[in-house]
Amino acid sequence: MLEINDLKASIDGKAILKGLNLNVKDGEVHAIMGPNGSGKSTLAQVLAGRDTYQVEGGSVTWNGVDLLALPAEERARAGLFLAFQYPVEIPGVSNAYFLKAAVNATRRHRGLPEFDAFDFLARVKAEMKAVGMKEEFLYRSVNEGFSGGEKKRNEMLQMSLLEPKLAILDETDSGLDIDALKIVAEGVNRLRSPERSLIVITHYQRLLDYIVPDQVHVLAKGRIVRSGGRELALELEEQGYGWIGEGGDAAAGAPAGGPR
Amino acid sequence: MSAVASWAADFKARAPALPGANLPWLAALRKRAIDRFGAEGWPTRRKENWHHTSLAFMEEQVFSATGTHADPAAIVARLRAGETTPGHWLVFVAGHHAPALSAIGALPAGARLISLADALAQADDATASAIEQTFGSSDDGDSPAALNAAFATDGAFIHLARGLALEETIHLVFIAGADEASRHLRNLVVAEAGSRATIVEHYPDSGDAATLTNVVTRIDAGADTNISHLKLQQEGELATHIARLDTQQARGAALASHSLSFGARLARHDICTRFDGEGGEVLLNGLYHVDGRRHVDHQTRIEHASPRCNSREFYRGLVDDNARGVFAGRIIVAQDAQRSDAMQRCDNLLLSRQAEADARPELEIYADDVKCAHGATVGQIDDDSLFYLRSRGLDELHARHLLTYAFAAEALARIELPTLRQRAREALLARLPGADALGEMLEELA
Repeated sequence: MLEINDLKASIDGKAILKGLNLNVKDGEVHAIMGPNGSGKSTLAQVLAGRDTYQVEGGSVTWNGVDLLALPAEERARAGLFLAFQYPVEIPGVSNAYFLKAAVNATRRHRGLPEFDAFDFLARVKAEMKAVGMKEEFLYRSVNEGFSGGEKKRNEMLQMSLLEPKLAILDETDSGLDIDALKIVAEGVNRLRSPERSLIVITHYQRLLDYIVPDQVHVLAKGRIVRSGGRELALELEEQGYGWIGEGGDAAAGAPAGGPR
Repeated sequence: MSAVASWAADFKARAPALPGANLPWLAALRKRAIDRFGAEGWPTRRKENWHHTSLAFMEEQVFSATGTHADPAAIVARLRAGETTPGHWLVFVAGHHAPALSAIGALPAGARLISLADALAQADDATASAIEQTFGSSDDGDSPAALNAAFATDGAFIHLARGLALEETIHLVFIAGADEASRHLRNLVVAEAGSRATIVEHYPDSGDAATLTNVVTRIDAGADTNISHLKLQQEGELATHIARLDTQQARGAALASHSLSFGARLARHDICTRFDGEGGEVLLNGLYHVDGRRHVDHQTRIEHASPRCNSREFYRGLVDDNARGVFAGRIIVAQDAQRSDAMQRCDNLLLSRQAEADARPELEIYADDVKCAHGATVGQIDDDSLFYLRSRGLDELHARHLLTYAFAAEALARIELPTLRQRAREALLARLPGADALGEMLEELA
């Protein structure tokens, strides 16, 4: 269970999140939609522990633990995973090394024996097949020279290897063609389970044709301004985000229906 | 003492015992060289290419071999264990050829690999003339090269006949120690047209002694030759290392120089090449790591004296603690060297707030139809990369070590021979903190 209460965060003195509330129960998939600049990526980065953002107030509790008190790496080992909107290229570090280091850091934390090279390669090759990645990507530098789609697949590969309890997908669908989108959706759907929660951040509703969310939230100007079921996403697709007023409040002409 | 006057006095005492003392032309060159050194003294910051590295401290410096704990046989054994093929090993201890430690395999006809002292003793006309040229050429270098010409005791003499391809790598190992506090080494490679070889200069750690290494290596690369030169400088923390690599490339000659500088208190490397014919290619690849209060300085010079030559230069530096890394890369394109293609990069990673790096491209272009690109950076570990790794569960220190290694690994990737690349990687990892974990995993997944 993830509980976000009145979360306020800023970067370089500029307030981005202005009192955000969100609860995600185990096993649920929540979609967060909203216009550019509404704070979607900031939320993802703050949850993952990026310290260039300052948390100005509020709390984030995850399974009873104060998430904001943990450094990024401890959040990751505890099972939080962020699929980056812009995965970072790291020349000189092979994908194989990176993936193995990540998997073993998590396994150590969970009290599991570390994989040796042989077991690891067997496991990673199986997962690569599932996300449609060629083996050569194992021996290339992390994300270096990967196309947009290849980078996103690499994120999905990491997600399936790390078996997170809470996965946050930050616009994983952006820049993907429909085939790549389906592969991402399949990867996410394979991970769905009663003990695993997912937050899918997206600008467009098309990803939600393949990943059916339990709840949809609209984020605007640093707050959740509407929440609803899957149908809210379809409404947004039709009406766009123009109905959101200057103050971030739902102005007249907002789509009807759904809890406010 | 290393004061200029004491070198002059020392020269008088030692000259009669230097190799080739019986050869009048060499005695004259040596005399001229010591006179020049006496007149110029050690370079100071007033000289433009010594702006960041002063050797004025040498006046007061006392060099000593006390503290060299080197067991030369053990060092050579360890180096040889790292190779998958036998190679040809020419070993020098305290500036003199050590035949008992050397192991030169069966050389193909037309290949000569002997010590310079032996070459002088045998001196046929061709050899004498080649050696004369290299001693004469120190006029081009700075005063330490002149000091080297005066005192050079030994080094390697390598001659490759026309068209000869030497498959096995030549390893030159220079171990400090015994009772010699300073050593002046001179290597000469004469590669005739179409020949090819890989030559490695090893300067292993010989212990905590304030020794001086002063080395000049000259490569005469004939037409269409392919010579790869790798230098691995890992001297002890108190050592001073001053080196010069001088190459000339005839038409179509391809040369690669890899300078890996990880040791010594002060290391200065002058690396110069000149295209004397069309269609030459050169790769100058460099990697340095300095920490503590150490200092490393690379001064490179590529002279595009002929048209249609191609130079690629990549230097990377890791600078930690209060250390300082200096790079200056001069590229000169002569007026009639049309269609020259030159590219130069120097990137530095600062690992502490006090670390300092200077990277300076110096381009002199007199031709109009040229491609010339250069870039220099001094930066810190990238925050986005660091966060990305941490977000996957790697702790911050491990992530920093990994990114530091990765930065340097780009330079290693340019070393063609896998065994040399692996050796360079081990030498780098030996300098980096947290390398144990990195090294193991890198090997497993290599």
